[in-house]
Amino acid sequence: MERDDVIEYSLDTHHSEEQGKKIRKKIWMVTLLLTIVTALEVALGAMVKQGSDAWFTVKILFILLTLLKAGYIVLTFMHLGDERKVLKWMVLLPYATFIIYLMFIAFTEGSAVALAM
Amino acid sequence: MAGHATNEIDGAILWGGKVSPFSASYGKLMMWFFLVSDALTFGGLLVAYGFSRYAFDGMWPIGEETFEALPFLGNGFPLAYVALMTFILIVSSVTMVLAVEAGHRMDKKGVVKWMLATIIGGFFFLGSQAWEWSHFIHGTEFGRVALSDGSSAVVKGEFGKIESFTVIEVGHHAHGMVAGDEITNENIDASEVDLMHAFQHAASAGHLHATADGLTITLHDGTKAKVNKEADKNLELLIKEAGSKYPVSLPSDASTRVSGEEAISEYYEALSHGNVIYGANLEQNEYGPKQYGQFFFFITGFHGFHVFSGVIINILIFAGVLKGIYHKRGHYEMVEKTGLYWHFVDLVWVFVFTFFYLI
Repeated sequence: MERDDVIEYSLDTHHSEEQGKKIRKKIWMVTLLLTIVTALEVALGAMVKQGSDAWFTVKILFILLTLLKAGYIVLTFMHLGDERKVLKWMVLLPYATFIIYLMFIAFTEGSAVALAM
Repeated sequence: MAGHATNEIDGAILWGGKVSPFSASYGKLMMWFFLVSDALTFGGLLVAYGFSRYAFDGMWPIGEETFEALPFLGNGFPLAYVALMTFILIVSSVTMVLAVEAGHRMDKKGVVKWMLATIIGGFFFLGSQAWEWSHFIHGTEFGRVALSDGSSAVVKGEFGKIESFTVIEVGHHAHGMVAGDEITNENIDASEVDLMHAFQHAASAGHLHATADGLTITLHDGTKAKVNKEADKNLELLIKEAGSKYPVSLPSDASTRVSGEEAISEYYEALSHGNVIYGANLEQNEYGPKQYGQFFFFITGFHGFHVFSGVIINILIFAGVLKGIYHKRGHYEMVEKTGLYWHFVDLVWVFVFTFFYLI
């Protein structure tokens, strides 16, 4: 059978028993963190009503917590944090650049459409 | 063929295969490129949702008001079900990363165990989503009503159970019924499904009528009957579009809702005029503007499709693990690559959860 990849390229394709133990511990810590953050989000959503004084702060907090969760998933579960720097930035930078611009332009336009209606 | 052609290219021209600036295999690199493009698709969908929300001049539906039902337990659990779905997906992501870790130690047994758990988690998520879609499409017991002053309201409370219909006048197409008979869930005509379906169907078709001593219903077969129903409890109208009498209810202030006797009489007047919508389709829904329903179906549907294909890919790779293909190859990188895709599905859900349900 043809090999679909060349093994010498990839970082961290194998690790020892002791390294594995450390990695598993980290995985369980991240699991705990993601669970707690999700529970916190639901509790905040149930307690703070939309349109109340605290809502704006909570909304910003939701977005920050989401980015925190996303960071742990991408960097730990997807191992992007352990890859070469150049691969990491090749994935993150173009995406972030484009999506931040898209958000800016779409929400500005959206508000303008609401005003014009 | 392909392998043959590759052999003829001079290795010196193609780096000789020894130096990669990324220290990543071809397959892994391509998986990352694919995921970036797929993330742009999902980013585009969520930004489009945001655009519609910014452009909408009115009350957008609130996640914890819309998604508050649990299977078997009824209403009153804001976002609990979605949180459960999120937890299922996070756990299945964890089992996947444990499978990858086991693969790095060449522990075939570990890979088999954790991949199996991941596949089961994937099925659990798909099942949960099927239930959520079904609940979203069928809607609540109350529905959304257009009130007499032109306002539009979402209804909260405990729907009183429909006990039976007492036949007042037998319809032309009815069989074996006489006036005074009780129609219950046991003897109702199969075309009506059950009392609740008959009630909602009649309400949206304008076949419910308010009279001095309660509601009467006209069934498919033309039978007119009196509705015997327990009283609704804590019925409240949350005004979403203002009319000439009622202003929009503020989510942060329960006193701006319409409640008590007034809510009951307004609600049943709307029902007896057929001014009610139950559930959701692409044209209209009881939760809010039609774009809301459309984005719900498209975003969660597209994500669900990714979960589904992820489960299929996981099953294929799992079969490869069982056969020992990757063990023979000397590394479990295929598990790592399918793992990347699976984590991505979890990643997308984290964003959908925040931007569609929470905010």
